[in-house]
Amino acid sequence: MKFRLIFVFLLCGLVLAHSPEPPAKAKTYKVAWSVYVGWMPWDYAGHSGILKKWADKYGINIELVRMDYIPSVEAYVAGQVDACVMTNMECLDMPAASGIDSTALIVGDYSNGNDAILTRDNIDIKGLKGKQISLVELSVSHYLLSRCLTMNGLKEKDVNLINTSDADIAPIFLSNSSQKVVVTWNPMVMQVEQAPGINKIFTSADIPGEVLDLMVVNTKTLQADPALGKALTGAWFEVLALISKRGPETDKALEFMASSAGCSAVEFKNQLKTTAMFWTPQAALDFTTSEEIRTKMEFVRQFCFDKGLLGEGSDSADIFGVSYPGGEVQGNKNKVRMRFDASFVKMAAEGSL
Amino acid sequence: MGFFNLLAKPGPKMSWGLGLCLFLLALIAYVAVAESRHRENPDDKVVPTFAKMVDGFYSVAFEKDRNEEYRLWVDTWASFKRVGIAALFLIFAVLLGLHMGLFPYWESLFLKFMLFFDKVPALALLPILFIAFGLGETSKIALITIGVFPTITLDTYLRAKNIAGEQIMKGLTLGATHAEIAYRIVLPQILPDVLDTIRLNFKAMILFLIAAEAVSSDVGLGYRIFLVRRYLAMDIIIPYVIWISLLAFLADAGLRWFIQKKFRWRMQGAG
Repeated sequence: MKFRLIFVFLLCGLVLAHSPEPPAKAKTYKVAWSVYVGWMPWDYAGHSGILKKWADKYGINIELVRMDYIPSVEAYVAGQVDACVMTNMECLDMPAASGIDSTALIVGDYSNGNDAILTRDNIDIKGLKGKQISLVELSVSHYLLSRCLTMNGLKEKDVNLINTSDADIAPIFLSNSSQKVVVTWNPMVMQVEQAPGINKIFTSADIPGEVLDLMVVNTKTLQADPALGKALTGAWFEVLALISKRGPETDKALEFMASSAGCSAVEFKNQLKTTAMFWTPQAALDFTTSEEIRTKMEFVRQFCFDKGLLGEGSDSADIFGVSYPGGEVQGNKNKVRMRFDASFVKMAAEGSL
Repeated sequence: MGFFNLLAKPGPKMSWGLGLCLFLLALIAYVAVAESRHRENPDDKVVPTFAKMVDGFYSVAFEKDRNEEYRLWVDTWASFKRVGIAALFLIFAVLLGLHMGLFPYWESLFLKFMLFFDKVPALALLPILFIAFGLGETSKIALITIGVFPTITLDTYLRAKNIAGEQIMKGLTLGATHAEIAYRIVLPQILPDVLDTIRLNFKAMILFLIAAEAVSSDVGLGYRIFLVRRYLAMDIIIPYVIWISLLAFLADAGLRWFIQKKFRWRMQGAG
């Protein structure tokens, strides 16, 4: 009989575990971020209380969660967080390809040298042929390499790719002189190029505006409660305004971001130089509404499709749509999964937040 | 019900039924979650439906990919070689343990080092291994070997140590050489237990294999899992994980069968 009792308890447990939770009164949103120079302002926004100030203004709570990059996007796709920082490429091949309608709320910056191909022994671009190349496959590094090869009349079949974890790629490359070519991003680029005899042969500055760093919000959440978008946008540009000034407060902010990113203030400033930040709402607005962003996104879309990142079964890059502020849509108009939304940035530019 | 009856004897049907019970429950729970997530979002990739996983598995196992390869088999073979070679190195672990358990000088030389070495988390040493052994196969095999070597050595050591001293004395008085005692009397007695320990360490070996392949590789089961994770292809990852589990399970069953057949004299029911 004891067994039956236990069984009943187990059953109750299962039923309870599956019953829907009652909706919470105070809306709390979770926002995931990971370490990258262009995203460190989020950390400072949380640390300095600027984010809380803006959240309070719109009557919500925002909780920042620091994670590793890929796990953070996975958490976003699984619905564990409401918003997450990511590049335009991951936004296409992870949430959008998984059917999560996502809005690029803020285009924060584009990589302008933070991603690079580095070589030993003075190997130049033509010399890449037949070489072994360490990189994180299917990442922005892979995209950069692919663009570099195409622009120089080479094919991916001409090189051998070794998938290498971003956590170990710099020490492994530096300690093995048999490794001739590596593609990676900052801060690893900085660590690698400091060693003697290493050349940067191609960087994201050669393909400006293609690798975008975004704050991405779940479209459903954003439409249900625009307060989240307003608070995030307001806080973001307040922090950027602070960083782009000069003075002791700015230095303190930069120092905080540097130490949080695990580098010195000088190194952090150097990384900022290779990051094309949109310092003002107007700059972000201009880029987001430009023709340029659409042509650049087209490259990324095709790359994702070519590599099978939109799903192995998809037969074209148009399997879902990407929409732009002017109402233009690339791909399937009935299945828009990624939206560049300039309305919040516009409010910030007009000072109406 | 006899769940709390020490002397219960469930019949063969009952035994099988109960054995399958939890598999079935897990399956039902999975399908329920997958269905509910797909109702909300038909393109969900985090919890793929069975149909999607079957498609995913079929395409990696029986269709050529862009490089004209059957991925699953290429990956399996590459990983199998790595684990297989590492497993061969474990012969040395057994021999070392045996010698440590029997010959006091060996014990003095190795025991403290091995006890300490056993506690070192091998995964944390990965970058050093890559520096020492390069990025090729050597470093991956080295990680798997280093990961389980001390455990096997220490287990063999303890078992050799537990052999009754009378047996050794008797052997010596009957004129056996020291080597004969070690290899003809002690080793055959402890071998089935040592093989059992190796069997139980399969899981650790697979973990080390996947960790090594995740760091730097261009082929292998762990490589593929971490690669397709970049676009959330759980419809490939889950079949790969099931495949790895199945292979490990079969290897385990094979070794268990071998032990039972080869060492019939051992007590029934172990393992």
